[in-house]
Amino acid sequence: MSAINLKVNGRSHTLDLDPSTPLLYALSDDLGLHGPKFGCGLGQCGACTAIVNGTAVRSCVTPVSTVVGKDIVTLEGLGTPEKPHLIQKAFIDEQAAQCGFCLNGVILTAKAFLDKNPKASESQIQQALSGVLCRCFTHVRMQQAIQRYAKEVAK
Amino acid sequence: MTPAARAELNRRNFLKGAGALIVGFRMLGGDAARAQFGQAPLPGAPPMDQVDSWIAIAADGSITAFSGKEELGQGISTAQQQLVAEELSVPFERVKLIYCDTALTPDQAYTSGSQSHPANFNHGNLAQAGATAREALFKMASQQLNVPVERLSAANGVISVKGDASKKVTYGQLVGGKKLNVALDKNAKRKPASEWTVLGKPIGRPDMAAMATGQFEYVHNVRLPGMLHGRVVRPPAVGATLMSVDENSVKDMPGVVKVVTRKNFVGVVAEKPWQAMQAAEKLKVSWTAGSGLPKQVGFHESLRKQPSRDVKLVDSKDTEQTLATAATVLKSTYYHPYQMHGSVGSSCAVADVQGEKATIYSPTQGVWYQKTTGAMILGLKPEKVHVIFRRGAGCYGLNGADTVTYDAAILSQAVGKPVRVQLSRKDEMAWENYGNAWTIDEHAGLDAKGNIIAWEHEAWTPGLGNRPGPETPGNVVTGMLIGYQPQAFRPGAAQEPKTYNNNSNGVPSYVAGHVGDKSEGTGTVKSEKVLVHNLVSPFWTGPLRSPARLQNTFAHESFMDELAARVKADPVEYRLRHLHDERVIGVLNAAAKAAKWEARPSPKAGNPKSGVVTGRGVACVAYEGDNGYTGIVVEVEVNQDTGKVAVKRMWVGIDAGPISNPDGLRNQAEGGALQGMSRALGEEVTWDDQKVTSVDWRSYHSLPLGFEVPKIECVLVNRPDEEATGAGETSITVMAAAIGNAIFDATGVRLRQIPLTPERVKEALQGEII
Repeated sequence: MSAINLKVNGRSHTLDLDPSTPLLYALSDDLGLHGPKFGCGLGQCGACTAIVNGTAVRSCVTPVSTVVGKDIVTLEGLGTPEKPHLIQKAFIDEQAAQCGFCLNGVILTAKAFLDKNPKASESQIQQALSGVLCRCFTHVRMQQAIQRYAKEVAK
Repeated sequence: MTPAARAELNRRNFLKGAGALIVGFRMLGGDAARAQFGQAPLPGAPPMDQVDSWIAIAADGSITAFSGKEELGQGISTAQQQLVAEELSVPFERVKLIYCDTALTPDQAYTSGSQSHPANFNHGNLAQAGATAREALFKMASQQLNVPVERLSAANGVISVKGDASKKVTYGQLVGGKKLNVALDKNAKRKPASEWTVLGKPIGRPDMAAMATGQFEYVHNVRLPGMLHGRVVRPPAVGATLMSVDENSVKDMPGVVKVVTRKNFVGVVAEKPWQAMQAAEKLKVSWTAGSGLPKQVGFHESLRKQPSRDVKLVDSKDTEQTLATAATVLKSTYYHPYQMHGSVGSSCAVADVQGEKATIYSPTQGVWYQKTTGAMILGLKPEKVHVIFRRGAGCYGLNGADTVTYDAAILSQAVGKPVRVQLSRKDEMAWENYGNAWTIDEHAGLDAKGNIIAWEHEAWTPGLGNRPGPETPGNVVTGMLIGYQPQAFRPGAAQEPKTYNNNSNGVPSYVAGHVGDKSEGTGTVKSEKVLVHNLVSPFWTGPLRSPARLQNTFAHESFMDELAARVKADPVEYRLRHLHDERVIGVLNAAAKAAKWEARPSPKAGNPKSGVVTGRGVACVAYEGDNGYTGIVVEVEVNQDTGKVAVKRMWVGIDAGPISNPDGLRNQAEGGALQGMSRALGEEVTWDDQKVTSVDWRSYHSLPLGFEVPKIECVLVNRPDEEATGAGETSITVMAAAIGNAIFDATGVRLRQIPLTPERVKEALQGEII
């Protein structure tokens, strides 16, 4: 175990962790965040996604030792129910969820991609989401929500 | 029989004695399971015939409703909140809904089988409690204001005198936190749909903002003081049993608290989740070899030779003779694979077992059955076990929710502290209760005009285990590992049907469904026979969204298309020709109209034999015979060089009776259609000679978010004067057939085995028999 410093949603935390611990457990267990979730533990579904230095990463396969000092953003870091971020608002307005478990990965993956590629085409956005799973298949609404946000970003 | 009446019949049959009903159980899945397990409340549950069990009015006028039907992501909590707000004439936000907590809510058995809408929105339970409470409040107001009930009206939680709004009294003043002490009144008048201002409106889900901002508490987020983390170690092969566990192999690992073994159950408890995961990996466990699995190639045909328990749904006793006189006879066999629920988050539960008492947070669909079976496995009295539902990832039926709840309970009892367990992806996928595999023969005769005159359906389906019900924890893997048996399998010949029951959709929509002296089917064909052989499965099985109905409908609706094509009839017209049920006809016409369906036979004329071609397909169903209706038209593109099928557009007609929330209904119809598409195109459980091999998202093929989503147009058919029916399992039921029919339309090649993978499509196009 060693002292690991993580900067999460703008706040600094020093945690006593085995450096090989995947970031997901630091976020969901040590910090008690609800956004990042264990879906597969294999980096295959996206439920654990966090944005690290502007890029969406699979926190379930990212050792904490590799993200020390970097800017880590989780779904809670974007906005709140009272003041949701534009992309969160788009999902709320489109009612783009059923169970909602995958929303973390869907929203953060789309946001990280669109922030870097504000002029992305519909098919490029689709490609960016090709590794994210929603098993309720709320795809129609999710894509509408993402398009709505994409239009805001492109403005 | 109406959905609500059937629910009542099931309940009464249960009260008469469950024994007889077990007969049809394995085949019928959800609904017979309800009959077997009953809607008779378990001891200790709030009485279902008392309004106070359902509704409480606080002194400030806020209303708390209690329901036994839970939110799984399907939107039913929003609709229930709308229902109570409507019946009591208060704003939506004034109602708080509490569901599925064994210390608080009525026992409504499982939240499953598309039963929440019919159970709580018709003439009993939550809807009738709301109507009764409203009438009771009016009576109280009438006395207090000294004005007859007829002269009163209610709005915003205030009852006032019509024409003199100064004379008024609030609900809070009338009840003020006290009990109403009123029995549910069957004659209390529900508000007619024409007067609805809250119910029937597209109100957004109150949980949406919390979900989208990472604030929502799933069962995965439950944290109790002093809570530890558990991980289970499942056998490496089906049928393998435990030989030894070397506890020393992990004793020096940081955070490890205890290695727990109980018969064939092995688990590890540690302080942190990552420690528990590492310890479970490292723990040296010796197992016997597995019992061996049948070969997957040829599995479907091998089912015909297994000992079976047979169930007959209809038999006019003349199909053989009618088929002998037919001008044309067709016979086809359809195969459907085992498929999994594959929840996006692996299942999780938190248990706190302290001495004789247990508190359990579970994503189970049946908290009351977790209470009794949880008590069994822990050796506690049921009244000492408190089960509280917390939402997991979407379950679509019996995923790992029940088994992981047992895991958490066993580990917590072993360490005397709260323990949270989340399954690994592999443990979830290798041991869940899959949707059953099916082999289905369809056999029909046509007269000289091309009309169907006889239809036989014979199916083989293997099962093992099921929902645990009140006393069968061995129906899921953890129960079996600690020594409980799954429900018994008894081979036996079919008995003659005594009542018509098509809740498995074994009976095609196009036959008369004649049993006794009544024809209760939705179609016209009088010569009919449906026989189902229930077998033993090597894998665990259980209800997966539209169990049996989806597979039977794939066969029926594909075969109907084959018949239409044989006589060069338009597939919609040919269906209509053999239907008399207005609601099936209604959704079929709604979808066809929206799609601007052009009447012509399939296959489409003039498509080339290579490259990309397009086609359209149709299918429809009366879900469970009468519990929700869908007609669908799909348009596909088939790449004949690669075998890849892309669904480009869909038109869904859906009828669930009076629409409680149009946006919620649309969300279910869209999601169901796309999930059905994923199941039709890619999903299949695979195995080798020892174990399941589809254990992650590389080996089990779900369509990801990035695929090209077809345009979907939903036509919501509102039936305000009919009973509320199920909705969430309708569109998924017709997808496989609609896609298969569209592939036929595009290419002239018929596919009869799901999933419709590119390899299979390509092989079929090349004329190989697969």
